[in-house]
Amino acid sequence: MVGIVVVSHSPALATAAVELAREMLHGTDVPITVAAGTAGGATGTDAVRIADAISRVASGDGVLVLMDLGSAVLSAELATELVGPLDGEIRLSAGPFVEGLVAAAVTASTGADLDRVAEQAASALTPKASHLQH
Amino acid sequence: MGSRADPGTVEVAQLVAWLETFGRLVHEERDHLTALDAAIGDADHGLNLDRGMRAVVERLHADRPATVDALFKTVGMTLVSTVGGASGPLYGTFFLRFGTAAGPVDELDAAGLATALRAGVGGVVARGKAEPGDKTMVDALEPAVTAYERAVGSGPEHAAAAASEAAEAGRDATIPMVARKGRASYLAERSAGHLDPGATSSALLLRALADALAGTLPETTDGRA
Repeated sequence: MVGIVVVSHSPALATAAVELAREMLHGTDVPITVAAGTAGGATGTDAVRIADAISRVASGDGVLVLMDLGSAVLSAELATELVGPLDGEIRLSAGPFVEGLVAAAVTASTGADLDRVAEQAASALTPKASHLQH
Repeated sequence: MGSRADPGTVEVAQLVAWLETFGRLVHEERDHLTALDAAIGDADHGLNLDRGMRAVVERLHADRPATVDALFKTVGMTLVSTVGGASGPLYGTFFLRFGTAAGPVDELDAAGLATALRAGVGGVVARGKAEPGDKTMVDALEPAVTAYERAVGSGPEHAAAAASEAAEAGRDATIPMVARKGRASYLAERSAGHLDPGATSSALLLRALADALAGTLPETTDGRA
């Protein structure tokens, strides 16, 4: 199953987003890990923590990383350089943090491959956007 | 400490003095950096970098690596884990690439330092995807390394002094620029008229190098003001 890493400046934000996503999974055990805040407990992102989180959920099926704003993206990119050799690909999602995570989690729970999970996360704003157009 | 056998080479102790000096300058300028960031960003640059460099200096005092690559790996990984904001991965990448380019040596000559600095700046450019003129760290770092490379034949001390002057000129040139990267880019035209905080801290990094190599440090320093 595709693993998911949730990167945020705020542990509370990341944990709540994962809880929201898990409500959609009805107990299916998708590997989702949070990497949020810094080692000293400050608000921010930490590439070392993100690299550890990627290693924990990695399998041959790959890992999708969801990020909130700003340094989360730079830290996640650096994390892909820090993480050791892994089976499977690591992909960073341009998808929205909450909607993208929910879409990725639900899609991963069906056993879909990384391409499909990433695609669903990236297009996760579509339902909201189309609703508001009408 | 303090006795240099060869003025053409930079030893690990002097590189540690560079980092201690950078930490001290960041600490002294912490509120200024944060105020600059308050004008065009999220008002945390001085606080974040000060926290990160304090952690770096503490770690180096507890256990100083013997080689240049190990030293800068420690520095880069510490910043990545303690800074929190964008300057964590940016400065972290600078030091990690610097160390990798330097390799497992216990001193650098003027050319070796040039290679390491160029690799560090290349890392910042690759990580932040900023170009000169985007009102970022790159606007201070890029002209600094170019100035160092031009002066490399006169030895590390003079080349570092030239780099520091170029970094400060590059920093000042960010004032009229419109930000195209980071949170400041949300302000668009309103970011003009302000000094860029990242370019300002980058100029401190080169000032610290010039000061450390000029031997202006006291014989013993713990990196605190």
